Amino acid sequence: MERYFQEELECAPREKILALQNEKLLAQVKNVWENVPYYRAKMQEKNLTPDDIKSVDDLHKLPFLSKADLKAAYPYGLLARPLKDCVRIQSTSGTTGKRVVAFYTQHDIDVWEECCARAIVAAGGTNEDVCQVSYGYGLFTGGPGLNGGSHKVGCLTIPASSGNTERQIMFIMDLSATILCCTPSYAAYLGETMKEMGLTPEQIPLKAGIFGAEAWSEEMRRDIEKTLGIKAYDIYGLTEISGPGVSFECSEQHGMHINEDHFIAEIIDPDTGEVLPEGTQGELVFTSLDKEAFPLLRYRTRDICTLTREKCSCGRTHVRMTKPRGRSDDMLIIRGVNVFPSQIETVLLNNGYAANYQIIVDRVNNTDTFDINVEMTPDMFTDNVGEIQARRKVLEDGLRAMLGIKAKVTLVNPKTITRSEGKAVRVIDKRKI
Amino acid sequence: MSVNQVSVFLENKPGTLNKMTQALAKGGVNIRALSLADTNDFGIVRMIVNDVYEATSVLKEENFVATFTPVLIYAVSDETGSLDKILRAFTESEVNIEYMYAFAGKKNAYMIFRVTDTKKAEALLNGKGLKSLTQEEIAEV
Repeated sequence: MERYFQEELECAPREKILALQNEKLLAQVKNVWENVPYYRAKMQEKNLTPDDIKSVDDLHKLPFLSKADLKAAYPYGLLARPLKDCVRIQSTSGTTGKRVVAFYTQHDIDVWEECCARAIVAAGGTNEDVCQVSYGYGLFTGGPGLNGGSHKVGCLTIPASSGNTERQIMFIMDLSATILCCTPSYAAYLGETMKEMGLTPEQIPLKAGIFGAEAWSEEMRRDIEKTLGIKAYDIYGLTEISGPGVSFECSEQHGMHINEDHFIAEIIDPDTGEVLPEGTQGELVFTSLDKEAFPLLRYRTRDICTLTREKCSCGRTHVRMTKPRGRSDDMLIIRGVNVFPSQIETVLLNNGYAANYQIIVDRVNNTDTFDINVEMTPDMFTDNVGEIQARRKVLEDGLRAMLGIKAKVTLVNPKTITRSEGKAVRVIDKRKI
Repeated sequence: MSVNQVSVFLENKPGTLNKMTQALAKGGVNIRALSLADTNDFGIVRMIVNDVYEATSVLKEENFVATFTPVLIYAVSDETGSLDKILRAFTESEVNIEYMYAFAGKKNAYMIFRVTDTKKAEALLNGKGLKSLTQEEIAEV
């Protein structure tokens, strides 16, 4: 039976959510206008005042915020509360050079943790569970977010943080952890290590995993589910908006429910900024309705995905987003073709290789070179040179079919590609353009 | 009896082979014979060692992928025509050789053969009077 953390909100009829969004949006626009001169200036550029925003229908009139704005307003320019009201920051490395620093009041942290608690309950968590949080603790939102969520659900929380794989496995086995929260690449690594230690899925006490902060494919999900003997749930979020728990998967494992009582999601055309109709793929944009300290309106996530309001059998009424096809930050343009690392992962797993790879892009004589280092696995190794080459050819053909361009695959020794215990380093782009 | 050869995957990077020999040396594994099949961007090392289980376990610890491959080993005496005599038996038995390499023992030289169907080849060659060496015998020569 499906369980909810806040059923009255998670399963509220659409009209109730809309009414809530309208009320919160008007108050938030007024708050930002009064307290964030940076955003007020952006509104004034468009000749807008808070009076122009009468409901969610007027949202599209408001100016966007992007990573560039966060950089320009760093560190305090988007803060809407005096520092005496703020209790925490979280931070993430930005691709634009400056770190993103987000501020929280106690209320902001409570809302964030409630969102994470919803995700844990949707994955079957109750106060009977032992929840191991193996996301990094500290500035990264992964550890603190799921830690808080786990407390709110009442799970026995193991704040393992990332790293020290042997200790992680010791806690899982000795304390009979039932829920694991970490990045999917670390979950895969833990699974791999436990398998090598001779632990079968039946011996591993885990029953569910909540994995996010990284793009991962369906194939990788099936792999992790098989080695650990669990059901693996996706969770999504970003520091700018709060952290993990902006959206999460339910038992359907088919798209992530966005917590619409706290965030309004839009899909826009990344080139024109125009709002796209439901079901169209585009860039995800968030407006945080409840944030007190760091309220971003129409923040461009650079994540490419689709929204659907199709009824979900889990009973939740909140809109679902597809797994982002890749953060547009992760997207590579190689010989004019868009390449997402997650596509490569899919082909690797479908061909019997592990999801451990590194993409190396360079430019030689004005042409992009596209190399992928793939780790050899015991399953794919044979004593026969011709057979190894034939298998590699099958892989290269599969990649070409998926990506539309040719990649050169180089087989490397196992575990030579850096397995970060946080986020995996998948791409090395040496092009100097 | 066929002998277990250890086959190891090597990425094409300076120092990889040395990293492998280091691991074996540290594990006290003695290499009796070695041959390297190489392509442009990877290689396979094939070895006869004194302890195949120790060899694969230390290699695994150092993150090498290794596997066992059955091979046939025959003694070749140090006189004209002895390799020819052995290969004639292969020809007459219609046994196809995938690859072969050699090593020198205290008394004789030894040829290592990888064939398609090891069991069948061994029986046919046995019929021709060729007796392949066992894992234990290899340790003595």
